[in-house]
Amino acid sequence: MTSSSPQASFTRRHLLTCGDLTAGEINALLDLADKAAESNRQINKKREVLRGRTLINLFFEASTRTQSSFELAGKRLGADVMNMNVSASSMQKGETLIDTAMTLNAMRPDILVVRHHAAGAVELLAQKVDCSVVNAGDGAHQHPTQALLDALTIRRAKGRIAGLTVAICGDIMHSRVARSNINVLNTMGARVRVVAPSTLLPPQAERLGIEVFTDMAAGLDGADIVMMLRLQRERMQGSYVPSTREYYHFFGLDHEKLARAKPDALIMHPGPMNRGVEIASTIADHSRSVIRDQVEMGVAVRMAVLEAMARQLPNR
Amino acid sequence: MRKNGTATQEATTFLNARLVDPATGKDEPGGLLVKDGVIAELGGHLRRNAPDRTRIIDCRGHVLCPGLIDMQVFTGEPGQEHRETLKTASHAAAAGGVTTMVVMPDTEPVIDQVALVDFIQRRARDNAIVNVHVMAAMTRGLKGQEMTEIGLLQRAGAIAFTNGKSSVANTRVMRNVLLYAKDFGALIVHHTEDPHLTEGAVMNSGEVAARLGLPGVDKAAETIVLERDVRLVQMTGGRYHAAQLSCAESLAVIRAAKARQLPVTCGVSINHLTLNENDIGPYRTFFRLKPPLRAEQDRSAMVQALATGEIDVIVSSHDPQDADTKRHPFAEAADGAIGLETLLAAALRLYHGGEIGLMPLLRAMTIHPARLLGLPSGRLEKGAPADLILVDLGQPWVVDKAQIRARSKNSPFDESKMQGRVLLTMVAGNRVYEYASAERG
Repeated sequence: MTSSSPQASFTRRHLLTCGDLTAGEINALLDLADKAAESNRQINKKREVLRGRTLINLFFEASTRTQSSFELAGKRLGADVMNMNVSASSMQKGETLIDTAMTLNAMRPDILVVRHHAAGAVELLAQKVDCSVVNAGDGAHQHPTQALLDALTIRRAKGRIAGLTVAICGDIMHSRVARSNINVLNTMGARVRVVAPSTLLPPQAERLGIEVFTDMAAGLDGADIVMMLRLQRERMQGSYVPSTREYYHFFGLDHEKLARAKPDALIMHPGPMNRGVEIASTIADHSRSVIRDQVEMGVAVRMAVLEAMARQLPNR
Repeated sequence: MRKNGTATQEATTFLNARLVDPATGKDEPGGLLVKDGVIAELGGHLRRNAPDRTRIIDCRGHVLCPGLIDMQVFTGEPGQEHRETLKTASHAAAAGGVTTMVVMPDTEPVIDQVALVDFIQRRARDNAIVNVHVMAAMTRGLKGQEMTEIGLLQRAGAIAFTNGKSSVANTRVMRNVLLYAKDFGALIVHHTEDPHLTEGAVMNSGEVAARLGLPGVDKAAETIVLERDVRLVQMTGGRYHAAQLSCAESLAVIRAAKARQLPVTCGVSINHLTLNENDIGPYRTFFRLKPPLRAEQDRSAMVQALATGEIDVIVSSHDPQDADTKRHPFAEAADGAIGLETLLAAALRLYHGGEIGLMPLLRAMTIHPARLLGLPSGRLEKGAPADLILVDLGQPWVVDKAQIRARSKNSPFDESKMQGRVLLTMVAGNRVYEYASAERG
């Protein structure tokens, strides 16, 4: 699929949010990612785009899949990759975010991949360092590479994104995955719905350019894509949702609710899944589930992002 | 859970009745035919002539109206059966003209789980002679911290949700409950008394408390919580019912909320309509209530608000307490008074005293709670359940605790003279109480 937008390639220094990405930029990244996905299926996966470059994974919040996905992406492109789990070191010694950033900056990395528990923290950090910064998740704000990998997964399975009806179900309020996906999918011309109990919806959610449903069956009706979100354990004990049992009954994806979506609807989940809470175990393993494809596309999309950024890095 | 009329049930015709239907405001002579547990036919043409092969009841011109719906009844089942069971409460209800009672979750254990809703429904089905519905807890253990499984409880039959006798102090919890309940269209019924302001208080603050030397609480404790709740309703859009208000200031809040079209309604207990703080007299603990009895001007404001419809519902707030909780110094006694058997008679005091018309009085105990709770009863209408009462508005009687059917006898109306008596109570076409056979042998 070729892009036709005026901004047909990704030439930014940082990737902090999906909010201002154009369709052209997204398509350019997805095109690159398609190629990366292809090369990832070869025996020799190693390329040299980032040879000599240093990539630091700076994670202030524990992560397994995103961090390893970025690590693999960086290594496959030839970069030197260092993982820093700050939750376990300097932050506990009282160092501020800015000081940590300045310290790392002095080590002269080329690309910083940052995850932080506070919305806006990654952008703040980007203002203080000289290298490129990729947002790997900031609080409930953004997780751009997740939305891009979801878009790639959809585009590869359906051949398009425009015109599809995508139902994002679950804890919309606290989800950076939801916010990023709403941005990307809207930009790409999909019809976006969100499905959640009112306690898990941000106030005035409908202002985000989405259709809001509190009844899951209605929200899934005729959907092409059913995208489930993870529900954090601490939110299901009576504060936002009474119990996992009740949540599963009304908002868990089971066969009965799935039957309302289109017969060829795809099932997605950013992981890690709570089987039996937001998704029935048999649905997670369903033939229409593309949850494992999402993981594979995750590496490809991150390679595409790093590659596009490498082109912008100073060469002297 | 509704009592069912049986297919083999004998059809009954009420002849020569004064049909009073608070739903339509009609008050006219006529008759009414009951068949298979529902109202099959009614109107002037049945006034004198009954269809063949029906049992005939001559109403002698007395009022035939829908049975009362009491949306706040405490029992001791499970946990405190020595105070009241569903069975004993239902007999008291039938004698008082209450055909549907909504039981509160303040039991041991608290009704905060699906299995317990089921338990109450089964016990009521097997033992109660009137309709019993469950109002489930909206927070676990009524502790005001974590919301209950409102969706599943509703599916199990819970008719509304409440925090029982206590207010939820945590505003965030209250907001989330209203927000969550909205998705299910569930009604939140809230007792409005600031728990911190009321701590240690045993009656209304003011001159009477000052004279008695008892710690009182300002009525603002009620209005503060109500005002907060109304703001939360505005924020969330949840359906909200203030369980029982007691002072004029609260009415102003309700008036303003209703003027803004918010989904807000309110109730008042029969005690706060007919008694005031002076009735406490020499430390009579049967008059120790929650919220406390207020000043006379508050009482008369409540009656006026009832007449204008600002107050939607009258409840008995039937709360059985035993000697072990009431026979104490006033400050150490428990709150609460029974009221199922005297609900209608006490309400009729207001009617006989010229304070309010019969229709607005009955509305607040029939069609209004029916609409709030989504019940098909509370109206004289073809096809509606045959939950009916026949009332002699004029008959004088004296409340006698020896005659009280409730297991606990803590009535503030003990030895009071009443005017107006339920002659017959019918639930789903079955006669569950008859004055003549009960009292005259």
